[in-house]
This record gives sequence, C-alpha cells and structure tokens, in this order.
Amino acid sequence: MAATIVAARIRRSWFQRLSVIDLFLWGFRAAVLAAVVVGTFATLRSGRYAGEVWLDFLIFGISQGSVYALIALGYTMVYGILRMINFAHGDIFMCGAYTAFYAATALHRAGLFNRYPPLSLAVILVVAMATAVSVALLVERVAYRPLRRAPRLVPLISAIGASFFIEYAVRGLYGSGFQAYPEFEVFKGKWNVFGVGILRTQAVVIVATVILMTLLYLFVMRTRTGTAMRAVSEDMEVASLMGINVDRIIVITFAVGAAAAGAAGVLYALVFKQVHFFMGFYPGIKAFTAAVLGGIGNIPGAMLGGLFLGLFESVGPILVLDGLGIVAPYQLKDVIAFTMLVMVLIFRPSGILGERLAGKKA
Amino acid sequence: MTRAGTAGGTWRSVVRTGALWGAGAVFLALVGLVEAVSRRQIVAGVLSLSYTFILLAGFGSGVQVSRRWAGLAAWQRLAGGAAAGALAGVLVGLLVVIGRLANLRPMLINASLPLYEILSFGRGLGGLPLMVLVQAAAGAIGAAMLLLPPAVRRPVIVGLGTAFVIGLFQDLVQLMLQSGVRAGLRSLLFTGEGLAPRGAVILMVLAAGGNIFWTRYRSPVRRWADRLAPPRRRALRGITLVALAGAILTLPWVTGLFISQVLVLVGLYTLMGLGLNLEVGFAGLLDLGFVAFFAIGAYTVGLLTTTGPLAVAHLSWWAVVPIATVVSLMAGVFFGLPILRIRGDYLAIATLGFGEIIRLLVLSDFLRPWLGGSQGVLGIPKPVLGGLEFRGPQQLFYLTLVASALVAFVAARLRDSRLGRAWMAVREDEDVAEALGINTVNVKLLAYGIGGAFAGISGAIFAVMLGSVFPHSFNVLISINVLALIIVGGMGSLPGVMVGSLALIGLPELLREFSDFRFLVYGAVLIVMMQFRPEGLWPTAVARRELHEGVPATAGGGVELAGAHEPDG
Repeated sequence: MAATIVAARIRRSWFQRLSVIDLFLWGFRAAVLAAVVVGTFATLRSGRYAGEVWLDFLIFGISQGSVYALIALGYTMVYGILRMINFAHGDIFMCGAYTAFYAATALHRAGLFNRYPPLSLAVILVVAMATAVSVALLVERVAYRPLRRAPRLVPLISAIGASFFIEYAVRGLYGSGFQAYPEFEVFKGKWNVFGVGILRTQAVVIVATVILMTLLYLFVMRTRTGTAMRAVSEDMEVASLMGINVDRIIVITFAVGAAAAGAAGVLYALVFKQVHFFMGFYPGIKAFTAAVLGGIGNIPGAMLGGLFLGLFESVGPILVLDGLGIVAPYQLKDVIAFTMLVMVLIFRPSGILGERLAGKKA
Repeated sequence: MTRAGTAGGTWRSVVRTGALWGAGAVFLALVGLVEAVSRRQIVAGVLSLSYTFILLAGFGSGVQVSRRWAGLAAWQRLAGGAAAGALAGVLVGLLVVIGRLANLRPMLINASLPLYEILSFGRGLGGLPLMVLVQAAAGAIGAAMLLLPPAVRRPVIVGLGTAFVIGLFQDLVQLMLQSGVRAGLRSLLFTGEGLAPRGAVILMVLAAGGNIFWTRYRSPVRRWADRLAPPRRRALRGITLVALAGAILTLPWVTGLFISQVLVLVGLYTLMGLGLNLEVGFAGLLDLGFVAFFAIGAYTVGLLTTTGPLAVAHLSWWAVVPIATVVSLMAGVFFGLPILRIRGDYLAIATLGFGEIIRLLVLSDFLRPWLGGSQGVLGIPKPVLGGLEFRGPQQLFYLTLVASALVAFVAARLRDSRLGRAWMAVREDEDVAEALGINTVNVKLLAYGIGGAFAGISGAIFAVMLGSVFPHSFNVLISINVLALIIVGGMGSLPGVMVGSLALIGLPELLREFSDFRFLVYGAVLIVMMQFRPEGLWPTAVARRELHEGVPATAGGGVELAGAHEPDG
C-alpha cells in the first residue's frame, strides 16, 4: 500500500514538474512552426520572387552548406573521439584561409594565378591545409592533450582560450583589416548546367567539396587508420588494448579535420573574396550546428547537416521572414542559423542521423 | 644515475628549452607586443618592457634547465642555463637576419625596421652577438636563481618584483607623488622618463629588506596579535576595517579621474562576474551568452529614462534600477526554460547562440523603431540623489561600490543558503541532486534568473556611465571577458571575482599599450590556468581540494561532469 502511494506521489510530482516545461517547449516548437508556415505561405502567395531567384538562393545555399559541412567534419570527428567541442576549430579554418591568402597574392603578383588556375588553386589549397594542420596539432599538443583526464568543463575553457588566442595572434601577425582575395578570371561569370545558370565559384566550391568529402569518407571507412579512428571513437580503452596507439589516432583525427577546415577556408574565401581574423567565429559555430544537426560523430551526418543549414540560411530569410513582414530580412540570416542551433540542441541533440550513437554516449 | 649515460639526453633538453623560449620571444616580437611596449621604461635608460619580454626568454630557459638539472653540479647548471639562453638569443637574432634579407612586411605586419632596431640594440647586425651574449647572461642568471638558498632567493625575487611593478606603473606612481614631501620622494626615485636606476636600486633594497624583516618577525607579530585580549583584538580588527573602508572611500579622490574610471569598469565587471559566478561557479551552468542580460539591463534603463525619441517613459534612474533588475531576472528565467535539459558543453554553445540572437535582433532594422538599431539609445540622463549628480567616474565609483557590495552580500548569503547548497549539488551531479529531492528545474531557473539580475544591475550602471546604449557594446567578447575573470579568480569564489576583475579588467586599462593584445593574453591565461591552476588565484576550499587530488575523469570533479546530453526524452 505504502509503496503504491509513494509511487503515485512520485509519478504525480514527476508529472507536475515536467508538464509545465513540456508545455513551454511544445509552445516554443509550435510558435516557430507557425511562424515558418505563415511566413512561407505569405511569401509564396505574394509571388514577389521569380523562380530563378529561388534557384539562385538554392545554389548559394548548397555551396555555403558544403563549406559548413567541410568544417563540421572536424567538429564531428573530434567530438566522436574525445567527446569535446574543439571550440578553436573555426579559427583553424580562418588560419588556413588567411595564410593561403598570402600564397594567392604571391601567385597573383607572379602572374601565375590566372595562367594556371587549377595549379594555383591546388597550391593555395595545400598551403591552407598545411597551415591549418600545423595550427591544429599545436593546439592539440598545448591546450588539449594535457587536459585529457580533467573534468569536463576544463578542456572546453581551454579550447575557448585557444580560440581567442589564435584569433588575436593572427590579428597581431597579419593585421586587423579585411584583406581582399584575388579572383580567378576563369571563375567569373556563370556556367550553364542543364539550362541552369550557376555561378562558377559556387560550382567549384560544390565540386571541390564533393571530391574532398568522398576522399575523406573513403579514408575513414576503407583504410587501416580510418578503422582505427572508428575503433577509438567506439571505445578508447578497448582500442588501446587492441594495440592501437590512441594518441597517434587522436593527432591524426585533429589533422584530418583541420585539413578539411583549411580547404573549406579557401573555398569560403573564393565565394566571399575576403579574409579577416574574426572570420572563423560564425562559420565555426554554424558548422558546429551542422555537426549536431546531422548527428555528432557521424560523417555523412555532418554533410547532411551542413547542406541543410546552408539551404535554410540562404532561403529562410526570404521565404519565412519576408512573408512575416520583417524589413531587411537578410540581416537576420544569422538569427535563423542560431535559432536552428538552439532548437536542435533543445529538441534533438542526437541529430538527424544520430540514433545509432545516442545510446552509446549517454 | 651516471652522468655519461644521460649527457646526450640532458643536452637535448637544453636545446629544446632554449628553442621553445626563443620561439616564444620571436612570436611576441612578430605579434607586435615587443614593439608596442618599447615606450614603457621599467628602469629609465636601462631597461624597457620590450627588453624585459625579450630577456624573459633567456631567463626562463635558464630557470627551466637549472630545474631539470637539479642533481648536477652548480657550474653545469649555470653553463646549461647560459647555453639555453644563448640559443634563445640566436633564434631572436635569426629573425633579424632573415628580416633584413627578405622583406617579411607584406605578410607579417610587425616585422618592421623599428622592431629589428630593438632586437639588435640599435646597432644593426653588429648588435646580434650582443643579443646572444645578453640572453646567455639572462640564462645564467635564471639558472643561478635556483642555486640560491630559499632564504636568499625570496628577498631577491621580492626586490626585483617590487622594482619591476613600480617601474611598470611609474606614470601612475608619479602622478600620486606630486606635492610636498611626496615630491621630494619623487625626484629621488624618478627621472622624467621613468624610474631612475638609483630609484630602482633603492626600491629593490627596501623591498628585499622588508621581506627579510617580515620573514624574521612574522611569527612574533602574529603571536602578539593572538595573545591580545578578545576586546582588544576586536578593537584592532575594527581599526583595520575602518582604515580599509576609509582608504576605499577616498580612493577616487586620491588617485584621480583616470583610475576612478578604471575602478568603475572593474566594479561593473565584478557585478557581472558575481552573476556569472553564480551560474558557472555555484550551479555549474556554463553560460557564454551572459552579455545578453547585461544588455537587457542597459536597454531597460535606456528606454525608460532617455530624453531622446525612443523613450517609453521618463522615469528617474533610481526608479528604473529595480525594474531593470526584475526585467533581467525574468529574462534569465525565460532563457533558462528552453535550455533546462541541455547539459555540459552543449549548454555553452546554446547560450552562446542565445546571446548572439539577442545582439543580432537588437542590431537589426526590424526592431529599429523600438530599440534604435545600430545607433542605439542616446541621451540617458545621469542619476541625481539629493542634489548630488552622479556625473563622472568619481561619483559613479560609489554607485558601483555600493552595488557590488550589496550584490556580493546577496551572493554570499545565497551561497550559504539552502538554495546555494542545491546549486552545488546540481553542479556536482544533476541526476543525484534530483534523486535527493532537489527540484532541479526551479533551482537552475533561479540560477539563471538571479545571475541575470546581477548582470542587469551592472548594465543599468553601464548605461548611465556612457549616457547611451549601443548594440556594439554587447558582443560575445564581453561574455568571454567575464568568463575569463571568474576563472582567473577561481570558480565559485566570491573574493576571486574581485581579484579576477582587478587583474583582467584593471591591469589592461592601466597598461594601455596592451589593449590590442588583451584577448591574446586572455586566451593564453585561460589555457595556462586550466593546466597549472584550474582552481583560480583565490580558490574556494572545495575546488582546491578536488582539483589537486587527481580526481579521475569519470568521478565527481569540481565542475559539470554529466554527459554532454541526455538521450532525447
């Protein structure tokens, strides 16, 4: 008898305690959903934007999203292994892009830039990836490795410190202004793909991302090192019992993630044509959003999350906010991204493809 | 251990140490720090802060080598230190040689001729052997420091430190020594440019002597104080307190306008730090969007008191402060609600997202008719109390002082209350706390709310200090500032907040040359603190005990340990 009363009381208090929060969260969800539906409906009915405009936004979103996806790989792989947010990852992306800027201007001054565009692009990519990898390894060695056994918040704070240290070190070394990236003559204008005009830079970004992603996926799934990485992410101690050098695998993970981020930096600079010491902050947070969105620790998830976020961020302001009668909706595109970030963290921290991993990490 | 067997290894350690410190010096030079501080003389005509930084490379490598070679003979340690220092000097020289041969300027903006002049003592390439020699000497001195017996080393360090600190802040010290007897003291110690060599020696000897005296007579003085009868002891404590209070109350008038302004800033950050400390330090909820509450407090005051076109009402500042506090408290609860279920590092990112959403919304054209967009709210009148207008920093100092004292008192009482215990239980382990019957929902919401309210008060004072509110004042760097200061002070420690904001807000304001390097230093400080002193400069007893007993990563540590996220219900 007593037991059932206690149980009933427990159930009731659980009910009382959670229902308010749940109601609030459901209300929050419903409000966001209603805003999206109403806004979309109003925009589409007004017919203010022609089909071509939408297509442009769509393609821009895909190219933007592929950059996010490339950065997200670094977050997702490191989180998969160390269960830690590499807060400095966005700044590693920036380091790659910024250092490659000097390679690009040097090539430009030598006149090689527009004579051999593919070669120049390859050189710039290599410089960016090499810089990003060295910075990432340095950060791992100095700021993360000594803290691997520390309580959870400690490495995160160290990572925040590393992030600001890198930003302001680059500011001190390279200067605080915006630097204009040289443009490839070949990549100006549009290509016609199946009757659709696509900006050439965006096409290059998308193609390069697809190639890099495929290589990376093959590396992780098909090589011995990739298998070891997956083993360490599954269970670090058992992996080390199987003769895997865990330290080495962690270093390789950081290096691979940073290489992807460095490449992403160059692609980002191709689209936006400028670099700045703070340029890594927002893409970093957004790429983290993409990683969580796709299911953290999951490589295809990061690609999916990146694309999804890029699309929503580029189409969202016009599709939703414009219909709600908000002036200058494009100013709020970052708000859309951050709202998605918060909503994913609240409602589905395991992400779209994260089911398989959710139980393991809890 | 035979020396022959380890000789190779030890010399390798010399090379590594020298190279690391040398690389550090080169980094400082290229990042611009060395040149930026070249005007600041520590000892006039002898040593500027630039050279202090550069020579730190030799000195540090000497200390490190000497420490590693603790078992070897004195001359070997000295030689090792000198060799490591020389290597650091060679690296610095190499930078100059490379820089003279190839123009690094297009890429590294600080690789300029003035820098090379500093690094070669203004003698062109001929100065480089001198640099190597001086670094070697610094290395030998560093190594020698560890050879001294502790009874000698301590006074030497205290003497050097005192002369360094007074030399560093010589302009402020000189400002305070302007009339009467003080002016005589000033001409004895200082020249026009800075601390005179004579003054440096005097200060060094005085401080070292004071230290020796204190070490010898410390225990008799303590014993004397302990033997006093209780009423007398109480009187003594009363006198100390009154003297301290008097010193604090007259501070703005003794030190002048500039320092008062710095003190007001320190006070504002102390207020915010107390709020964030309550969230992070007490309840273990890492909040990177904390600046939002500061902004909400400031905007509430702005909109309710402004004489400009955006005014919602024309209330007096005193009437608005409680409103601003309540508004930011409610904002804290409101933002806390959706993120209740998020834990650990995901929480940090989610709050960062929230903070940025607020800033972007305030900045947008969408809310411009109500909040003023990027132009902000202008024309906020200063508060007036009984004919006294809180016009400048000297008056505002008292406002921040009273507010900080009040908030610190509230925070201390909260910490020791039932709610405070509940926060700490949630910090240690949320699931266990819930199992113990703590209503974690209410407890966490109260942490967000009260923390936000403290920041709101800070924002309210900030608004009248500037007389206007701009969205640009509320970027994520403020949150990072506040986080850094409570970590430096010690998470969960109330005096630590004060220490942290003096060190991280006060010092950079006094050394204006550092303003460009502030976040560089903060970043380095966060990394270094996490490795060598995660409990902070003024830690709580609990944090000190936990972080130094080698707590395994899976068991209870001082801070949030629970899984990054729960499986979604």
